[in-house]
Amino acid sequence: MKTKRKGMSYAKWGYIFLAPFFITFFIFQFWPLATTIYYSFFEYFRSGLKIIGPNFVGLKNYAAMIKEVPKYFSNTMVMWLMGFIPQIIVSLVLAAWFTDLRLKLRFQGFFKTVIYMPNLIMASAFAMLFFTLFSNSETGPINSILLKLGIVAEPVRWLSNVWTARGLVGLMNFLMWFGNTTIILMAAIMGVDPGLYEAAQLDGASSTTMFWRITIPLIRPLLVYTLITSLIGGLQMFDVPQVLTNGKGDPNGSTNTIIMYLNQHLYSKNYGTAGAISVLMFLLCAVLCVIIYFTLTQEDDGLTREQRKAEKARIKAAKAAARHH
Amino acid sequence: MPNETKTAATTTAKASKIHDPMLTLQRAVAYIVLFVLCFICLFFFYVLIVNATHNNFTIQQGFDPLPRGSFGVNFFNTTHDANVPILTGLRNSLIVSAACAALSVYFSALTAYAIYAYDFKLRKLAFTVILLIMTMPTQVSALGFLNLMDSMKLTNTLWPLILPSIAAPTVFFFMKQYMDSSLPRDIIDAARIDGSGEFHTFNTVILPILKPAMAVQAIFSFVGAWNNYFIPALIINDAKWKTVPILVAQLRSADFLKFDMGKVYMMITIAILPVMIVYLLLSKYIVRGVALGSVKG
Repeated sequence: MKTKRKGMSYAKWGYIFLAPFFITFFIFQFWPLATTIYYSFFEYFRSGLKIIGPNFVGLKNYAAMIKEVPKYFSNTMVMWLMGFIPQIIVSLVLAAWFTDLRLKLRFQGFFKTVIYMPNLIMASAFAMLFFTLFSNSETGPINSILLKLGIVAEPVRWLSNVWTARGLVGLMNFLMWFGNTTIILMAAIMGVDPGLYEAAQLDGASSTTMFWRITIPLIRPLLVYTLITSLIGGLQMFDVPQVLTNGKGDPNGSTNTIIMYLNQHLYSKNYGTAGAISVLMFLLCAVLCVIIYFTLTQEDDGLTREQRKAEKARIKAAKAAARHH
Repeated sequence: MPNETKTAATTTAKASKIHDPMLTLQRAVAYIVLFVLCFICLFFFYVLIVNATHNNFTIQQGFDPLPRGSFGVNFFNTTHDANVPILTGLRNSLIVSAACAALSVYFSALTAYAIYAYDFKLRKLAFTVILLIMTMPTQVSALGFLNLMDSMKLTNTLWPLILPSIAAPTVFFFMKQYMDSSLPRDIIDAARIDGSGEFHTFNTVILPILKPAMAVQAIFSFVGAWNNYFIPALIINDAKWKTVPILVAQLRSADFLKFDMGKVYMMITIAILPVMIVYLLLSKYIVRGVALGSVKG
């Protein structure tokens, strides 16, 4: 009898231990999100020293935002793709090479250490570094090297040209993330049953065939996960273009991202518009978060959902029985 | 069984290593590509470090790949510039990052333990909620967060950068996975039989077992907080409380024609070098941590 009562009372510890997380989450994330959504329906901004509002304006902020946002959205997506496409290709190839038992590459530890390194760099410092390296003048380090080697005849105006400026942002994102993606994909490939490759090899399959027929289909959930997390990261793109262009999104606003746009309104305390942008971002990310949730909780042990449920119920019953004894 | 497969594969690899010219070619291509990528990754840092040893005059002459002797002078000038309080910045960044690392690791372990060890009504729901918010960017609630910090009189303090790290879903997720794979439930029962209280059990029995996972996650939390720019830049205006990323970004708006470039390179070096040194010392564990964090639970 005593043990049973004690067994029941453990549940409360679950709630106690969860409390700090959920209290913090509520105060610093949930409540701010709720007020953000609330303000998005109000006219609320600072003009000089005077604060206008908050006055309820319905969807007016959204109407104003929807006209502006597409160009920021397309800038963000273009620069994200300029980093993500080379990133996923290079990472897949490297991961396949690193895990290829016939290829048996050496110095893997060194290579992995070097390619992962840029991921830990402070993005704002990295952008500042690129700004100094790729300066428009002929004495900028990259320009002076290119001129010395005779690759270009006159200094490249990296930051004044739409596609080189966007390209630099893409290059930085690529450098910061390809090592990370390579390591994640490697872990996924190594999780594939080696017997499959063994069997395929006996059948005379080439590395390429095995890559497309075994590796890719089996790591598909992780590829989806990589794509979606990268997309969420891409939507948040801020530090790199902000510092590289000094918050201006030059040339001609072509490197202005959604979060840079949000930042401008937050900085000038234009809360109505900032709220509408935030809500749009929230909705976009919510969809992506749900997809991530399903890739993370997808069963991969061959059992169907029903079988799994039955198994869980069986374990629960056994536990309950054990508790009663 | 896995061993057997491995030996078989190694034998095949050995055999083909000798006979297959295509494989030699493929290996050569792989090495060349890897060397090029490593070169690109290291090149930018090489230029950074070299230029940090040059004075403004030699930098303005164009790029010279050989290091010079101005490292000490640049360091002195940078740390004694009243406009860019880098030493205070380093102190603030260090406080914030260390506090974030400690809080996120401890409370994520606690949260994960709640889900792992106890059976309660809302357990499944709590787990689902945490997974759902895991990848939600903080930017979406930045407006409300700023307002709240304003009304709590916490702007221009370090608290808004530290306290939210108590709820760190990604660290939680890693801890939960680690528990699933390496924390035997018998230990909990054994501690209960010994009469240990639940909180006491967590602190003295469970935490030591989680040490390897906690160390890796502490590094990631530390680096994340160290590099964080968006929220700190909105919360802090007072030079006394600025963190390193804010100061680095501030450099960008300085007037470059009048600026000592040696100082600029030195400042960037100061911002990224501490993390790089820690990384190079612990790279084995960090790279393994990245791989582990990705394996689905």
